[in-house]
Amino acid sequence: MKRFLHPLMLVIALAWSFPLYAVQPDEMLPDPGLEARARALSKELRCMVCQNESIDDSEAPLAHDLRVLVRQRLEAGDSDAQVIDFLVARYGEFVLLRPRLEWHTAALWGLPPGVLLVGIVMLIVAARRRNRAVLGGPASLSAAEEARVRQLLSDKGASTAPP
Amino acid sequence: MIAELGHYALILALGIALIQGIMPVVGTRSNDAALIAMAAPAAIAQFAFVAVAFIALAVCYVTSDFSVLNVFENSNSQMPLIYRFSSIWGNHEGSMMLWVSILTFFGALVAVFGTNLPALLKANALAVQAWIAAAFHLFILTTSNPFLRIPNAPFEGRDLNPILQDPGLAFHPPMLYLGYVGFSIAFSFAIAALLEGRIDAAWARWVRPWVLGAWMCLTVGIAGRSYWAYYELGWGGFWFWDPVENASLMPWLAGTALLHSAVVMEKRGALKVWTILLAILTFSLSLIGTFLVRSGVLTSVHSFAVDPARGIFILAILVVFIGGALSLYAWRAPLLKQGGLFAPVSREGALVFNNLFLTTACATVLVGTLYPLALEALTGAKISVGPPFFDLTFGPLFVPLMIAMPFGPLMGWKRGDLLGAAQRLLAAAVLAALAIAATFALEFGGPVLAPFGVGVGVFVMAGAVTDIAERTLILRVPVRTSLQRAVGLPRSAWGTAAAHFGIGVTLLGIVGVTAWGSENIAAIRTGQSLDIAQYRFTLDRVFERSGPNYNDVVGQFTVRRANGELVGVMEPTRRSFPNRDTVVTEAALMTRGFSQLYSSLGDPNPDGTVAVRLYFKPLVLMIWLGAAFMFVGGGLSLSDRRLRVGAPHPARARLKTAPQAAE
Repeated sequence: MKRFLHPLMLVIALAWSFPLYAVQPDEMLPDPGLEARARALSKELRCMVCQNESIDDSEAPLAHDLRVLVRQRLEAGDSDAQVIDFLVARYGEFVLLRPRLEWHTAALWGLPPGVLLVGIVMLIVAARRRNRAVLGGPASLSAAEEARVRQLLSDKGASTAPP
Repeated sequence: MIAELGHYALILALGIALIQGIMPVVGTRSNDAALIAMAAPAAIAQFAFVAVAFIALAVCYVTSDFSVLNVFENSNSQMPLIYRFSSIWGNHEGSMMLWVSILTFFGALVAVFGTNLPALLKANALAVQAWIAAAFHLFILTTSNPFLRIPNAPFEGRDLNPILQDPGLAFHPPMLYLGYVGFSIAFSFAIAALLEGRIDAAWARWVRPWVLGAWMCLTVGIAGRSYWAYYELGWGGFWFWDPVENASLMPWLAGTALLHSAVVMEKRGALKVWTILLAILTFSLSLIGTFLVRSGVLTSVHSFAVDPARGIFILAILVVFIGGALSLYAWRAPLLKQGGLFAPVSREGALVFNNLFLTTACATVLVGTLYPLALEALTGAKISVGPPFFDLTFGPLFVPLMIAMPFGPLMGWKRGDLLGAAQRLLAAAVLAALAIAATFALEFGGPVLAPFGVGVGVFVMAGAVTDIAERTLILRVPVRTSLQRAVGLPRSAWGTAAAHFGIGVTLLGIVGVTAWGSENIAAIRTGQSLDIAQYRFTLDRVFERSGPNYNDVVGQFTVRRANGELVGVMEPTRRSFPNRDTVVTEAALMTRGFSQLYSSLGDPNPDGTVAVRLYFKPLVLMIWLGAAFMFVGGGLSLSDRRLRVGAPHPARARLKTAPQAAE
């Protein structure tokens, strides 16, 4: 029984030969320079059927197709920008993991430096206000209080017992 | 019967939560001590009933009761006991049960251990805790009931998703949830303080241990998830900027900011209003994380719209709690008195700097995670925001934070001496410069910025050591005196140093593996070899092996150094689960110092070759070692005497110094 089972399992294992991995050995280009560019590009491109995975990491068949496509374009002599443009034209901006800076992504790119700037400005304003509160404090005595201060200062020797 | 018992207990817990949420607040308004005193016993009772419900579910899972739909869908009688247990939270319904169990557990802890808290603050905080619990009980009962039965019980369950059948999964979600939900205590205390309309430095002292504990659990949970992904996903990535990861990172960033601002509030009475806001935001981010992960909105806005019941419910919880809390804050915060003046260059100033950058980093992660969803919902345009965006925006925010970190602990309160601190950090800076020079000289290659990353990491680590050296006056006084001083140092000082040291360690690990990691991917036959770094892997044989509910295809490699010296044997495996028709990779790891060799196996090809992926991961273990330092640092701080010994009772003190007495 066991003897029979083992080959069967191997057959089952072989049957599931959908690509389980990212970059496959047979996809890779012989030219190391070109392959390095392909890998770098792959990290910037999204596998559209996955959850936020790049085609470099993804095991989906679509990612495989895209990896092959990127390599074909590179072998045909495209520059990196041309490959990206080609894929965006074909699949839309969704394919880019680093969105381009355009009007509809301005808030996305602008927010991190924006929050930092607003934070710094708010801190400066708060510090100024605090300083003014401290410096301005003594000046805000009422007329009656000032009179009492003057009185206290003038008769130093007199009794200071509370009324 | 057991499932029904659990279901019933959960309904009762909802009832108790409603009582716990309403009575103490009514009592506070009407000055009824009996109603106020109900909060603590109610919190304990509520936890008891939720615990009964959770245990009932656990019994159903462990005994493989497939008449329960949730067990049938996510478990299998052939799985080892640990996975039958951990599959409780490997699915939506069960993980929500874990969520409320931890939530009510924390409530009960406050009820039992919060004996030194002012009665009103405690009662109100427990009431807020109960509102949250009630909302989630209702959510589970109406949309995500794990106790539903199937009419004709099947003989066998469907199995847990194989990728989740792993010790790492058994352990990291509960830690993440302890962190997420632990921040609810800070939230409840913040709301209670706003309801009362007053707050003082003691508030920070009461809340800080809870925040610290939650932060420690979250740190371990994030690190655990990262390590799990590293070895389970088959190619050794440790962080993906995946929305689910971001959901846990955001509360961590806000919680770290909260820890630091609470120090300022406790020691100096400053930043009160800001600390309250951070407490609200931190738990709000935990809620947003729960929403993102649990509503299905991440997969696509459309899948959310198809089955909206759960998503809408959690969204409603979000709106009510976050919106309500922020409105209350806007209304009541102006009543809270600010205090504590300080110069920009001071310990307080350094902590404000920390808060500024941490909150900006947190906002960056938040916008990066939500922007695609918002854009698609508003305009229909689909964009992706992935790792390249976060690397570009998040990284630069952390650099100034890291460089400033060693300065903070060396500066005095109120008015610090930047030049003095810089002088004391001279040794650390020299060490960092040497590290940069050495990295350049050794010519590892890699990105130009990498040596500077090493420099920053060394600076942070050396800075943490400097802090302790300065406090113990080591090398300046006799060793005996230094040792005495070291023993006498507050534990929180050791905690700060350990946690900061850990940040440096983690940074070194990240820089090491991203800059100098290498890979070799190829299809080879038995007997052939493949080189990676200074190692040669020879594929000896490929064989099969069967486990309790899976079958393995194992590739056995002999690993040798370039000079032929035997290093060991590695067995990367492809594991197939017949019950789910799924194959997962079980990578093999070999530790060399702080670095690791990583191998995983691909499909056997028809021509007899097999795809092999080898990676050299330099310093990779330091990433998680750093997290361990942070955890230990948190623990040391938590054990500090001033947090264990009761805080003074401000109410009594105030009576004594009432203004009339001075007249």
